[in-house]
Amino acid sequence: MQLYITALQEGFIYGLLALGIFISLRLLNIPDLTTESSFGFGSAVAAVTAAAGHPLLSIPLAMIAGAAAGFVTGMLQTKLKVHPVLAGIITMSGLYSVNLIVLGNTPNLSLGSESLFKLLYGLFDLDPIGKKIVGTAASAVFCILIVLIAIWFFKTHIGMCIRATGDNPDMVRASSINVDRTKITGLCLSNALVALSGALIAHYSGYSDIHSSNGTLVYGLAAVIIGEAVFGKRGVTIGLISAVAGSIIYKLIVTFVVDMNLFGDYSATLMKLMCAVIVAVTLSVPAVKSYINRAKVKAEVKHNA
Amino acid sequence: MLEIKNLSKTFFPGTPNEHVALNGLELTLKDGEFVTIIGSNGAGKSTLFNAVCGTILPDSGTITLNDKDITFMPEHKRAKVIGRVFQDPMKGTAPTMSIEENLALAYSRTHSGPLARAINRKQREFFRDALSRYGMGLEDRMKTKVGLLSGGQRQVVTLLMCTLVMPQLLLLDEHTAALDPATAEKIMEITNSIVQENKLTTMMITHNVKSALTTGDRTIMMDNGQIIFDFSGEERANMSVEELMRLYTDKKKSEFDNDRMIFG
Repeated sequence: MQLYITALQEGFIYGLLALGIFISLRLLNIPDLTTESSFGFGSAVAAVTAAAGHPLLSIPLAMIAGAAAGFVTGMLQTKLKVHPVLAGIITMSGLYSVNLIVLGNTPNLSLGSESLFKLLYGLFDLDPIGKKIVGTAASAVFCILIVLIAIWFFKTHIGMCIRATGDNPDMVRASSINVDRTKITGLCLSNALVALSGALIAHYSGYSDIHSSNGTLVYGLAAVIIGEAVFGKRGVTIGLISAVAGSIIYKLIVTFVVDMNLFGDYSATLMKLMCAVIVAVTLSVPAVKSYINRAKVKAEVKHNA
Repeated sequence: MLEIKNLSKTFFPGTPNEHVALNGLELTLKDGEFVTIIGSNGAGKSTLFNAVCGTILPDSGTITLNDKDITFMPEHKRAKVIGRVFQDPMKGTAPTMSIEENLALAYSRTHSGPLARAINRKQREFFRDALSRYGMGLEDRMKTKVGLLSGGQRQVVTLLMCTLVMPQLLLLDEHTAALDPATAEKIMEITNSIVQENKLTTMMITHNVKSALTTGDRTIMMDNGQIIFDFSGEERANMSVEELMRLYTDKKKSEFDNDRMIFG
């Protein structure tokens, strides 16, 4: 049981990562690889700030750090005309060094007693299960709050411009809106959310690790895609909610696999492979469906001849 | 008033693919004038539009709109005063957004702050009224995604987006060419009524010579990046499609003869 509560909590926190990926991938229509490092950037900045005795301040600072990473990628893409995928890769690999420097030239850094979750538990007199439940509730409330803000934001004028940019940049330009600016804003926002997720994970696990960003991109993709498989592609509001839901579902699936020991000793090891397979399979469903359809029609024509 | 002076643009200069798209073009449009532009492929019609909109920068020359030099103004800045409808119905709208969201995007740039709600009730009413005037039943489908509309319906939405806030100049780039004849006629009717009602300064590219001569109040023909004919008033009223084509072939022939004299 405790395992599944943990999954729920992680699902909510990583849900913010999924939210960020949803914004870049689905709304802006840019496969943004910056994510793979801005998660760690947020985590590192949060850890250093918290370890210095400012746990609350660590959250907005991490978001600003993520936004800065997104800004760099955005500038590369728009003003310097670097291919979107390459721009992300450049920022991503550069950030690795930056993250190491932020962490103080060590691969990981402990937050000690300055973790927001530990501080929260300290307010109550709790047994381990109680701690889990309070932590999960806090993560859920925070995540839902962010989703609500995002839903509101994408209904404002600037939010709509960002959505239209991913849809048809020519039309946005023709509507006298600066496309470069909307792209950069979108990327800043996306990476700020990713970094926020990284920061919360640092608080949650009590330390920040240089390798914590590994696989975040494919995780986010899986979450977005699973969300879409469950809720369907229906507008931005449902999309934002389904990204978080997808993250939770994914975490629950993984926990189930590990809990049932489906793959024996390899259950935990296989996590990333599972993630990749889920993404690949879901992405190829439409193509496979069309092949099956064609085969059916072909067989029918042959049959009738 | 639009004033284009000595406008030139050469693509791929100094290579075997060199193409002179605009060659010292001069054109002045009075306020409220509706000019139709004809010319064969590669005559420079679209390049002219692209230069006016800022999609490309000319090699030389100036473009002045209402006494303001816009030759080097960024594209999105001039879009504030220039509306453009493309031939491709897909180009002017955002497919995954609803009709009202598309309209709001075009409208709210001048009517609300960045963090204001994109669509409020007052605007919704305004859009509904505007749409209902065209008798396409779009006013009851405001929440429909534009991607689900037909080409003609999408062109109506695009036209409306360009004219919700009246532009100083409207550019129509073969905007009915991708539509079936009946729909094309309907869109032309709507275009004419919008332009006349608001006395919009308009340029329209078309390959339909007949409609070029009957729509608007002036017709120009382009060839090799220059204006070779410019008809208005009575001369235009008396011009027939056959007569125009004859003039065009004569002109081409005399050019050819000149070349022969030089190289012969």
